[in-house]
Amino acid sequence: MKKTHITFTLNGQPVEVLVEPRELLVHVLREQLGQTGSHIGCETSHCGACTVDLDGRSLKACTLLAVQADGSDLLTVEGLAPGGELHAVQEGFVQEHGLQCGYCTPGMLIRAYRLLQENPNPTEAEIREGMSGNLCRCTGYQNIIKAVQYAAKKLAEGEVEAA
Amino acid sequence: MAATADTLERENKLEGIGCKRKRKEDGRFIQGKGSYVDDVKLPGMLFADFVRSPHAHARIKSIRKERALALPGVHAVLTADDLKPLNLHWMPTLAGDTQAVLADEKVAFQMQEVAMVVADDRYIAADATELVEVEYEELPAIVDPHKAMDADAPVIREDIAGKAEAGQGKREHPNHIFSWEVGDKDGTDRAFEAAEVTVAQEMVNQRVHPCPLETCGCVASFDKARGELTVYITSQAPHVVRTVVSMLSGVPESKVRIISPDIGGGFGNKVGVYPGYVVAIVASIVLGRPVKWIEDRTENLSTTAFARDYHMVGELAADKDGRIKAMRVNVLADHGAFNAHAQPTKWPAGFFSVCTGSYDIPYAHARVNGVYTNKAPGGVAYRCSFRVTEAVYVIERMIDVLAQKLGMDPAEIRLRNFVKKEQFPYQSALDWEYDSGDYETALRKVMEAVDYPALRKEQAEKRSRGELMGIGLCTFTEIVGAGPSKACDILGVGMFDSAEIRVHPTGSVIARMGTITQGQGHQTTYAQIIASELGIPSEEIQIEEGDTSTAPYGLGTYGSRSTPVGGAATAVAARKIRDKARKIAAHLLEVSENDLDWEVDRFKVKGVPGQEKTMKEVAWAAYNNVPEGMEMGLEAVDYYDPPNFTYPFGAYLCVVDIDKHTGETKVRRFYALDDCGTRINPMIIEGQIHGGLNEAFAVAMGQQLVFDEAGNILGNTLMDYFLPTFVETPHWELDHTVTPSPHHPIGAKGVAESPHVGGIPCFSNAVNDAFAHLGVTHVDMPHSAYNVWKTVHRLGLDKPSAA
Repeated sequence: MKKTHITFTLNGQPVEVLVEPRELLVHVLREQLGQTGSHIGCETSHCGACTVDLDGRSLKACTLLAVQADGSDLLTVEGLAPGGELHAVQEGFVQEHGLQCGYCTPGMLIRAYRLLQENPNPTEAEIREGMSGNLCRCTGYQNIIKAVQYAAKKLAEGEVEAA
Repeated sequence: MAATADTLERENKLEGIGCKRKRKEDGRFIQGKGSYVDDVKLPGMLFADFVRSPHAHARIKSIRKERALALPGVHAVLTADDLKPLNLHWMPTLAGDTQAVLADEKVAFQMQEVAMVVADDRYIAADATELVEVEYEELPAIVDPHKAMDADAPVIREDIAGKAEAGQGKREHPNHIFSWEVGDKDGTDRAFEAAEVTVAQEMVNQRVHPCPLETCGCVASFDKARGELTVYITSQAPHVVRTVVSMLSGVPESKVRIISPDIGGGFGNKVGVYPGYVVAIVASIVLGRPVKWIEDRTENLSTTAFARDYHMVGELAADKDGRIKAMRVNVLADHGAFNAHAQPTKWPAGFFSVCTGSYDIPYAHARVNGVYTNKAPGGVAYRCSFRVTEAVYVIERMIDVLAQKLGMDPAEIRLRNFVKKEQFPYQSALDWEYDSGDYETALRKVMEAVDYPALRKEQAEKRSRGELMGIGLCTFTEIVGAGPSKACDILGVGMFDSAEIRVHPTGSVIARMGTITQGQGHQTTYAQIIASELGIPSEEIQIEEGDTSTAPYGLGTYGSRSTPVGGAATAVAARKIRDKARKIAAHLLEVSENDLDWEVDRFKVKGVPGQEKTMKEVAWAAYNNVPEGMEMGLEAVDYYDPPNFTYPFGAYLCVVDIDKHTGETKVRRFYALDDCGTRINPMIIEGQIHGGLNEAFAVAMGQQLVFDEAGNILGNTLMDYFLPTFVETPHWELDHTVTPSPHHPIGAKGVAESPHVGGIPCFSNAVNDAFAHLGVTHVDMPHSAYNVWKTVHRLGLDKPSAA
């Protein structure tokens, strides 16, 4: 099948890839670009294990064509700690035991990262609603909620310090 | 020995048993650096995909591969005929049956594997599956297990039609697999005849699927030059897989390397050996290139490892005061088209006979009949020990049914029938020896915490206003830690487990186990056991599992056996090291071993302050200065064969409010008290309980694999198959008591499955309780809004005129 040349920014770095028009973004990320943090859990947009941040929106890479990412600014879990220092959501997941098998975790983190920009101080109900596109089979969600709350608090403290 | 500030500080530094230590696993997962099977990429790797049957029951008239093979990038299309010369077209199951690896002349369930395509990438492989032309002649399908043994039922398994048995005892019909019974039938019958009150209730544990977020898959890589086979695989039991692969392929076990890398959840789905693994291995051997096979979600839900499908009739006999005299259970078990359930070999119904539960019931009898139907094979333990969820469900539902008949409170009837604390070790009527328990304390603690009388009062008020509120209780006993090799084996291998611990000269430790974590946090918790036993900080202890080339042989992680068996092996191996260390310390201090006391992380000469050797000092000496005649080094292995199972228990309470117009059920409160004996890491325990409760919520309130009359599976995507989201998942309140196991080296019992086993009947009891005052004795799961609405509607409660 004829391939298409696309370019986008991945975790701050420019990338160029040749893709088939039908190729899914998650496959290109995982198999061509070696970024295996985004996982495939359902292929139908339900589980959110493949969630990426595309131009400031949480999207599911299992049902996005790679060509749709052309020209975009894309963030995956691998880009959450650019300088090596963990992002507050990553720290929150460790501190509050927000992960077990780890399979849903990258999608959860990327979604939590965006949620806290959309709503820096969410209530528990807002976290439940805002994260509901991401499924977890291990944690029963309670500690993920705490992890997001932990991150919200930490980010808020950072804002205060910066001000 | 009085704890001083110094010893306490040293103890805290170890982060041993009881510490809420943060997980060692998390660092890689939060950075997207986990290594799951689908992340494995080997040079020259090809992708495999299956051609699957659209029919539940059909004869294969022809398979034409030409068009698929002509597609550029396709390397092979394999069918049963290709596997026949290798004698790999059928494989043994763990249950003594055989299963078609690729359909041999007929298909017996929808989505059965018919042919495997191997191609350059997953897109070409998927394209090529569409080009394989299979001609079928449809046959009538059996979907309802109650019709499987009808005289005119179509024969599902022609390959064994004439055989009097299929690996688990005598058969009475071509679609019959086994009949298994246990208990004193005559004594039970007599108790029923003499009883003042009896109750009987039909109930179904519906067919469900464990559905871990990561599906099953493998990367098989055969190195022709070396004759070595390496398989990366999503397996909860890599060592058993290696034995099976070696037996099937003829490659010596020493040249087979099975690697279970990071596993994205298992929950019983990843215990068995599936056709995809076998054909990928054959393809790699034939083609001389690595072959990756990863199932998609629909394949996962449709083919690999369903759970439950137990159609039960429970009966209790009691006196007027609610004291239970006898229990009888009859089960029809739907095993699908091949008997591929994953139980210890001698247990066709697993440990179902633990169905007398937490109650002192003098007589009991249970019978289970297994039958074939035109559905996928399986019958795995979905987040539970073998068939224990089914067992706990039947007793916990039946005791409520009995309470209802007697007009007694469900808490009161439980308190009257509990096995009492002083009765342990307790011999059950169906021949289990419960190790320890204190059921009454557990239930009373829960009742007090939630103010049970106030809840019942509120319920009475709501009922008088026509509102629906249910209170569910469950006081379960689990049986985990399979198991004593005299009772349990898999394919003839006893169900021990193992630990190998090495202390390096500088005092750091590497330990390898025969189990494999899938999210349970073994890298964190095993290190805590070793830390407490050896006085070496957890942080310096590296835990490795899952690679058969480095780890000692073990039976794997399922049935909550890691802590009861692997954890015991870990403690015992560490104690062997400490014994040797004591001899070395005595040698260094020039005293007798008996003159030494062990204190946290060091040996101290009794009564001589300052005369001491830390474990670190001993470790160094073990490699240069040991007593004469002693071998150098500081390491030990233990293959632990448990003397008994462990019996975790708990008391759960659930409060639901039901909308009588929509059937929507809101879980207002869920209070879970667990007793898993000694608690190694409370943070991880709580996480496991949250997760188990959520999986119980899923099963009780929505999960079901549904089939139409033709055997078409309906709802095999996450659009239809219920995985609770953040929104509907309840808030969990946890509590605990600690009743250590007397026979386990550190008193631990295992915990991760209790919340699933105990949670399901608790939710179900709550929903049923909401209708109990209206004469409803039992409604089957799943209690989805639609199903609950059907009850509401049948009772006429949704009429606008109803109060």
